[in-house]
Amino acid sequence: MSATKKLGLRQRYEHMTRGLDWETTYQPMDKVFPYDEFEGIKIKDWSAWEDPFRLTMDSYWKFQAEKERKLYAVIDSFAQNNGQTQVSDARYVNVLKLFLTGVSPLEYAAHRGFAFTGRHLRGSGTRVACQMQSIDELRHIQTQIHTISHYNKFFDGMSEFPHQHDRVWYLSVPKSFFDDARTAGPFEFMIAVGFSFEYVLTNLLFVPFMSGAAYNGDMSTVTFGFSAQSDESRHMTLGIEVIKFLLEQHPDNLPIVQRWVDKWFWRGHRLLGIVAMMMDYMLPKPVMSWKEAWDIYFVEAGGALFKDLGRYGLKMPKFADVATAEAEHISHQNWCTFYQYCHAAPFHTWLPSAEHMDWLSEKYPNTFDKYYRPRFELWAEQAKEGKRFYNPSLVQLCQCCQIPMVYTEPGDPETICFRSTEFKGQKYHFCSDGCMEIFQHEPEKYVQAWLPVQQIFQGNCGGPTIPDVLNWYKINFGVDNLDYVGSPDEATWNAWHADKLKAAS
Amino acid sequence: MAVTAITPDYEAKTGPRDTQASYHGNILVYVHWEEHLFFCAALAFPLPPGMPFGALVSEVIAPNYAAHPDAAKIDWSKVEWVIDGEKVTPDFNASLEANGIGHKSLIRFWTPGLNGKAGH
Repeated sequence: MSATKKLGLRQRYEHMTRGLDWETTYQPMDKVFPYDEFEGIKIKDWSAWEDPFRLTMDSYWKFQAEKERKLYAVIDSFAQNNGQTQVSDARYVNVLKLFLTGVSPLEYAAHRGFAFTGRHLRGSGTRVACQMQSIDELRHIQTQIHTISHYNKFFDGMSEFPHQHDRVWYLSVPKSFFDDARTAGPFEFMIAVGFSFEYVLTNLLFVPFMSGAAYNGDMSTVTFGFSAQSDESRHMTLGIEVIKFLLEQHPDNLPIVQRWVDKWFWRGHRLLGIVAMMMDYMLPKPVMSWKEAWDIYFVEAGGALFKDLGRYGLKMPKFADVATAEAEHISHQNWCTFYQYCHAAPFHTWLPSAEHMDWLSEKYPNTFDKYYRPRFELWAEQAKEGKRFYNPSLVQLCQCCQIPMVYTEPGDPETICFRSTEFKGQKYHFCSDGCMEIFQHEPEKYVQAWLPVQQIFQGNCGGPTIPDVLNWYKINFGVDNLDYVGSPDEATWNAWHADKLKAAS
Repeated sequence: MAVTAITPDYEAKTGPRDTQASYHGNILVYVHWEEHLFFCAALAFPLPPGMPFGALVSEVIAPNYAAHPDAAKIDWSKVEWVIDGEKVTPDFNASLEANGIGHKSLIRFWTPGLNGKAGH
């Protein structure tokens, strides 16, 4: 009888990756891996890559299958118990609409990005880690679609999210973020998404959405959050490993990596502005303010991280101080924008209630009462007179982040920050020094931006009028868009609650 | 700086997506009413370059800002104009082009005495 000795996890991992990085002989290695040198990154020893997880494929499938079973059990029970009637308020569902249109398609973009990167980095450890992350991201978008599909049976504005991701004005912001990362080289993609987004900023995306869901009675979303969270820790590890690896491999890598960190921190900060407004304005039961979350997850945690990375010579991202100062304003400025443009978005916005404004005053003692409350009060007066404000014109967009140029001068919250530069005789406009510097480093890339306002005026978006464009967006006017007050969602919610009151009496 | 690209002729194969030629004879013009953040950002309009500046004011700027309570009180003869960073006194009878307004110009204007209330 021959006793087969069982291999430990680490041995199984070595067994699995052994030889994955073989030297090709029919074709030169540089031809097989054409993408991993042009960015100027120098790698002396791919085998120095550390993969602390060493997850083998069979255990990966086992873990994921277990999580899926739990998630789908929760989704089933949520549906059977009519969980949609138990959330704090139907306004909350607009958070899911924002997530589904703005965030879920990024999971898919990340899946494609990591699949590409996994193929094109020649080290075996990176290849395995990237390919697992690629599969994770695909799983994330699937679980999100499945979870949110239950709400789609009862609420408007969710059914056309993939179509809208490629067309609607505010969705060009997340889309162009990932397009920018995916059209860079594989190392820049890793710093952009693996490090800056997944490691430095991810807590500011997932924690607010998931704790917001928990506070507002949406247990199905909490569960997909948990299901994704254990993957996130693997992704964060990949992000931190990649930056240490690049910085340890060659001193020439430092300035390249520093520029990428500066760029992707700023781009990520701009993108997360939608999370800021979600936290401060869209949760009927708010969890914490954006400013508080920024202080915990970026100022404290990010500060400690960059202190630690200081031993490699890496510095805090340029403009981190500007971003921290903006944490007092960004959610208010974004909500004011969506308030006046929600006729062109597939979700509803609304005025904060008196009680909610008091919460904002308490959370933003330096800014809310002085700069933002009066604006909401004027809009409330107008709405009361039947003149709810929708901005009839289109707006100026930033050439880099593609967000309407709504942000104000550092230190002057009453004046819009205008920046512009010329390239080959053409003018380009920017919302900030951060965005302008990104453009100036690679202008040939950003002059190609598909800016929604420009595209509408050029006649590429279904026609010249707002109804033409909404039709092209597949936004059902009067149903998917406009204020929450008076919407079919509100009517549905009120009908459910009238039934409950009747049943109770 | 140039793009770090894998293809050496990247620049030759790419170009801007919003040159004046794409706007069917119009130019793209940005307008911003200062001290009135009721309107979240500068507004964008595709306009014929031969349009008189006075028509820009009466047919484009005035109606698009009408929702603000200050809008009806604007005395256009007292407005202060900055076009592409230069303080100017526009000629209302001359065209946009003759007033130095080109493709993607930014027109900022201040209405002295009408500063919104705090925050609008």
